[in-house]
Amino acid sequence: METTAADARVGDDAARPLSLAIPGPPRWTRSPSDLGTLAFSAAGEVRRPPVDEPPRRMWDLATALVRVTDDDGNAVGPWAPDLDAAVLRQGLRHMMLTRELDRRLLMDQRHGRTSFYMQSTGEEAVACGFAVALGKGDMNFPTYRQQGLLVAAGYPLTSMMGQVYSNELDPLHGRQMPVFYSARDHGFFSISGNLATQFVQAVGWAMASALQGGTSIAVGWIGDGATAESDFHAALVMASTYRAPVVLNIVNNQWAISTHESVARGGAATFAERGHGFGIPALRVDGNDFLAVCSAASWATERARRDLGPTLIEWVTYRAAAHSTSDDPSGYRPKDEPSQWPLGDPVDRLARHLVATGSWSARQQEALQQEVEQVVADAQAEAAAYGTLQSGQRPSARFMFEDVFARMPVHLRRQRQQAGF
Amino acid sequence: MPVMTMIEAIRDAHAVVMERDGSVVVFGEDVGHFGGVFRCTKGLQERFGPDRCFDTPITEAGIVGVAVGMAANGMRPCVEIQFADYMYPAYDQIVSEAARLRYRSAGDFTAPLTVRMPVGGGIYGGQTHSQSPEALFTHVAGLTTVIPSNPYDAKGLLIAAIESDDPVVFLEPKRLYNGPFDGHHDRPAVPWSSHELGEVPDGHYTVPLGQAVVRRPGTDVTVVTYGTMVHVALAAASEVGVDAEVIDLRTLVPLDLEAVIGSVEKTGRCVVAHEATLTSGYGAELAALVQEHAFYSLEAPVERVAGHDTPYPHAHEWVYFPGPERVGQALRRAMEA
Repeated sequence: METTAADARVGDDAARPLSLAIPGPPRWTRSPSDLGTLAFSAAGEVRRPPVDEPPRRMWDLATALVRVTDDDGNAVGPWAPDLDAAVLRQGLRHMMLTRELDRRLLMDQRHGRTSFYMQSTGEEAVACGFAVALGKGDMNFPTYRQQGLLVAAGYPLTSMMGQVYSNELDPLHGRQMPVFYSARDHGFFSISGNLATQFVQAVGWAMASALQGGTSIAVGWIGDGATAESDFHAALVMASTYRAPVVLNIVNNQWAISTHESVARGGAATFAERGHGFGIPALRVDGNDFLAVCSAASWATERARRDLGPTLIEWVTYRAAAHSTSDDPSGYRPKDEPSQWPLGDPVDRLARHLVATGSWSARQQEALQQEVEQVVADAQAEAAAYGTLQSGQRPSARFMFEDVFARMPVHLRRQRQQAGF
Repeated sequence: MPVMTMIEAIRDAHAVVMERDGSVVVFGEDVGHFGGVFRCTKGLQERFGPDRCFDTPITEAGIVGVAVGMAANGMRPCVEIQFADYMYPAYDQIVSEAARLRYRSAGDFTAPLTVRMPVGGGIYGGQTHSQSPEALFTHVAGLTTVIPSNPYDAKGLLIAAIESDDPVVFLEPKRLYNGPFDGHHDRPAVPWSSHELGEVPDGHYTVPLGQAVVRRPGTDVTVVTYGTMVHVALAAASEVGVDAEVIDLRTLVPLDLEAVIGSVEKTGRCVVAHEATLTSGYGAELAALVQEHAFYSLEAPVERVAGHDTPYPHAHEWVYFPGPERVGQALRRAMEA
């Protein structure tokens, strides 16, 4: 019998059984002390290249971690943004409003006033900080955890609550699950429950802006887990091929429901490094550092606005709450992990910075907390007056049959009539 | 006999097959360590080890694509798509690859895999956690499409699906996971422990693929249905007071046509019911087959009851859902025609 080339090549190794690297429980049921071993750069340590630096010379930024605010609250290093204290105080207010909104609506779900809720607790700085770099006409393609974008854009809290209650204030007529907002005038694309689909659509929106001679940009958002979807890779290749004016944000909050972030990246490269194969410059940024978020967002949006192409940013943050009201994290992560997260809490860190720079005080912080609680409580009273999912004051079921098509076809009109609406 | 929920029965089916056949592997999002968001794979990783039951990244295309490759190479993967609504990225792998591999390679390669996914609404899941996409599978040549209506069938059908030499899409009505839901959402939930089909034998048994069953014998009208709607139809028949014969298809393709036609020839009337949207739904196929094979026995037009042709709405899911009242109206129309 003839010996084939393959036989000759594999030789004795062919007898050795192969094995796989299957991520098992020990990879993510870590003790809190293990968190300290995660590679974080010191505040101020990472260089800030000019926005037009060739991508190949910026590869170090995808493994480092851009941080600005140090442990004492000082803004240090080349990424320290030149922002007015009033902007920072407003950012603090937006984060606290978002957190209070989440707290109230979570309670509403617990009390049966709505079916479902998702908090963004612990990662408010990513959305609220990025919003500082955006202008009228820019469009976000968010996930279900960027409610901070709406709060920062001044979208009425009563509209958000109406949506969550599926009542008559709901701009979406009760069609969507709670938190699946849509607010075009506030730069917020309609949320899909299907993961990653929006990421590549953001590239398309940005391409349309350029093709139509516009000046606005698009911003895509995705979670760490959803980067495994094909649409994530489709977004990168389209953005890279056409050098679209888009910023592509990966919010790495450590957890995809029960699955640790390391599973989606094979425990190897950072998420930011995914950009390199596509020639897309990539940053890895401390997402709990409001100043670092503002600064990196400004750098990346400037690249988009100056036709320098897409930027990929990995925001390293922490999902302090459960995935949703349908989830119980005690089954898969240590109870005290949220409090052990080494990058701290974004609200505390920005408040400390403001105090350190003499533009804030503990008394003002307390007053602001009382103010946001009042604002959210007032909005809730107003929104709940229109009913909640529990009380059954819903938008007319007539709306259920509208917007399936631009003009209602005959068969649907017949179904609506048969249903009695 | 042990009493199980549908979740426990599905879990048990996995365990039975994994115990007997080392080539069976189970994977999907949150499936390993956590045991699945509906807990259908809870304990399997602990019992069989991470090589047999494991977590995947969030990539439905990856999950099914890898399953096709494994199946072609001698394994029997049984994978979970977290919600049927998330199936679409995997659709190419299911339709163009798994379904046709045997045909295009003349049997050189095959894809004996099972793709499980929860279907149906009624949990305030809105348009991305409520869909019933069975017609998207029944329309594909080469796919076996299964949908159980109770724990006993769920276990027997899942074992048969995993042991099948062809790809099987296994649809799990999520409103039936914990009890025989009959569409009366405002009434207290009934547990499987109070239902005879919540009794599930230990060990290995199969419910053959392609075999329907009569859930309620009757003489007035035949109701052809499956999944959650089996229980809705039973409730409707008793509330309307019609002696309906309710057929639970259990497998949509291959269809047990004899069971359907035999019943319609006896009753002379037929109502077809499913939760999925009406237009081009599987009910259209059933209605066509009934007129083709039992036209001269029919005393009334075949009635279809289905979800409205809209996305599944959040607040108005019970307007969308074809509950006992709508099925009852169709029964009356069939009787009065």
